[in-house]
Amino acid sequence: MADSGNAPKPSSSVKLVLLGEAAVGKSSLVLRFVNNDFQENKEPTIGAAFLTQKCNLPTRTIKFEIWDTAGQERFASLAPMYYRNAQAALVVYDLTKPTSLVKAKHWVAELQRQASPGIVIALVGNKLDLTNDEAGSGGDGESPGVDGEGDARKVTTDEAKTYADEEGLLFFETSAKTGYNVTEVFTAIANAIPETSLKTARGPGAAHAAARSEEQRVNLNGARDQNAKDGCAC
Amino acid sequence: MADEIAKEYDVIVLGTGLTECILSGVLSVKGKKVLHIDRNDHYGGEAASVNLETLYKKYGNYAQGTEPWKEYGRLNDWNIDLVPKFLMSSGELTKILVSTDVTRYLEFKQVAGSFVQQGSGSKATVAKVPSDAAEALRSPLMGLFEKRRMKNFIEWIGQFDIKDSATHKGLDMSSCTMKDVYDKFGLEAPTKDFIGHAMALYQTDAYLDVPGGAPEAIEHIRLYGNSVARYGKSPYIYPLYGLGELPQGFARLSAIYGGTYMLNTNVDELVYENGKAVGIKATMTGVEPEMKFETRAKMILGDPSYFPDKVKVVGHVLRAICILKHPIPNTSDSDSCQLIIPQSQVGRKNDIYVASVSSAHNVCPKNYWIAIVSTIAETSANHHLELAPGIERLGKIEEQFMGPPIPIYEPIEDGTKDNIFISKSYDASSHFESTTDDVRDIYRRLAGEELVVEGLREGIQVTSEE
Repeated sequence: MADSGNAPKPSSSVKLVLLGEAAVGKSSLVLRFVNNDFQENKEPTIGAAFLTQKCNLPTRTIKFEIWDTAGQERFASLAPMYYRNAQAALVVYDLTKPTSLVKAKHWVAELQRQASPGIVIALVGNKLDLTNDEAGSGGDGESPGVDGEGDARKVTTDEAKTYADEEGLLFFETSAKTGYNVTEVFTAIANAIPETSLKTARGPGAAHAAARSEEQRVNLNGARDQNAKDGCAC
Repeated sequence: MADEIAKEYDVIVLGTGLTECILSGVLSVKGKKVLHIDRNDHYGGEAASVNLETLYKKYGNYAQGTEPWKEYGRLNDWNIDLVPKFLMSSGELTKILVSTDVTRYLEFKQVAGSFVQQGSGSKATVAKVPSDAAEALRSPLMGLFEKRRMKNFIEWIGQFDIKDSATHKGLDMSSCTMKDVYDKFGLEAPTKDFIGHAMALYQTDAYLDVPGGAPEAIEHIRLYGNSVARYGKSPYIYPLYGLGELPQGFARLSAIYGGTYMLNTNVDELVYENGKAVGIKATMTGVEPEMKFETRAKMILGDPSYFPDKVKVVGHVLRAICILKHPIPNTSDSDSCQLIIPQSQVGRKNDIYVASVSSAHNVCPKNYWIAIVSTIAETSANHHLELAPGIERLGKIEEQFMGPPIPIYEPIEDGTKDNIFISKSYDASSHFESTTDDVRDIYRRLAGEELVVEGLREGIQVTSEE
């Protein structure tokens, strides 16, 4: 814990993409993670280009660059650019809506087809606050009456967990609304990313872009961004 | 799903080429409600980057039942541009990328070299284009005395100020031609050739005799010089994974600002009222069942392929895409380069361009190079012969893809009458300056004002938290 760090820990950027049906809470999960905030009845995502958040591990710092679909998944028009070099993906479904898990499985298949082979995928069942599970106890997954009082759960933990295990995915049930399990998802992803696939910060603001074979890379934003982005305290 | 399509948009955009995607992005940032449609299942239209299998299938140059692309490494490692161009590092497209923050989604690398050919056939010399006075003095393109004249010329270009007549060398800039300027410095014909074609990047010699045309040519030469000065090796930069990334980046910008994207969607009908376009009827395929929908818009913009009866052919581009296992000879083993063969060197009216990229830009597997040779057609047959001076420069070619001449379209009308604003086809030029000219032109036509890119980012709220 207290590694009283004078020497800065190695820091790496990780591109993380969000996938999942509309209105399952993709952006809400990220807002909870990045700003520890939640907005009821949030409008569909507009204007959020790119969120970043650091995740401090004992031996290193992971800086997540979180890409939102910006609605381009709605009519199956996500560009290959979206998957390109993604090292992690958050595939979200709404555990009160079985069709959203079907859609999630479709996205997992799409990632396995299009993304880099080593990508870490986390399957996340969101909206745990709408179920009878005591958020915090983890839930036993066998919620009895689906239409039971106050319990809107329609996807059992077992069903989703079994699928996640078969495909080798990380699996969590979360509530963006209460914040339950949200940080845990990102920490688990950070831990699961193989050390070997980490490179130093990429893109604009990357002051010390890796030396090897990167010598001709250019930063179009020039000096302006260096000032704006470097040295931001967490 | 159909209920997610609004009844009315401010703009419907047809085709996801670069011109259309830049306009979608800019209009969305400015608060316009955009619906952007493409009939293809991928972004980029005519200017997409494709893999080798797609390329073979597009050109059909393989025997039925064979799969020649399998000999060339992993298919997904190939991103071959259908239209070869580079960005000028101080050019207009770079400015737009920076001012819209689309640079966040893309990574760029320098193009390693900019070369020009002097002479032809076996006597041809390929040499680096000198970009400053010091390089001029070392260049094999000129004799001793000519080098001095060139040095003087380049230094003068740097000092030239259109507003200060003391820097005009006694020439009347409102009426003199670029030829007059060259003559003032006593430059020889071969030098004028590489200045005009490899630095000012004119595609023909028409610029020489335009009265009052000198300041524009000087501006072009300065753009070249400033672009070289920015990163050092050449004036050009290129996005990793190919040019197809550019339209995707601007489409994402548009989507982030509320733009709706639909691929696999055919436009069945343009709907008119009183001679003005007011909407479309369309069908999205690739979903079960097909989704038919109708929506309205205040204006429609798109590429020429969506408006066949509203465009005219103004010329044809010839293009050969070649796969090599070595860099282009005499280019210092460059991982990428632009080689320009000025028209007069090979007895033509239009320049021949050779653009080469390689695995350094993540467009092909290691130890391969992609070289694209292009020019404007000057004959109606023998197109191989027209490209030959460029093909000759490549050495051994593993595979060559060359189709029929590609028509270049322009809109017949400017769109103010029927609310349909049509872009031009990508020309044969080596860079995107003409594409961004078209973007500005279309924007002026549809918005009735100049497009100001500076400060666009101020309107962009990027939710960034660290």
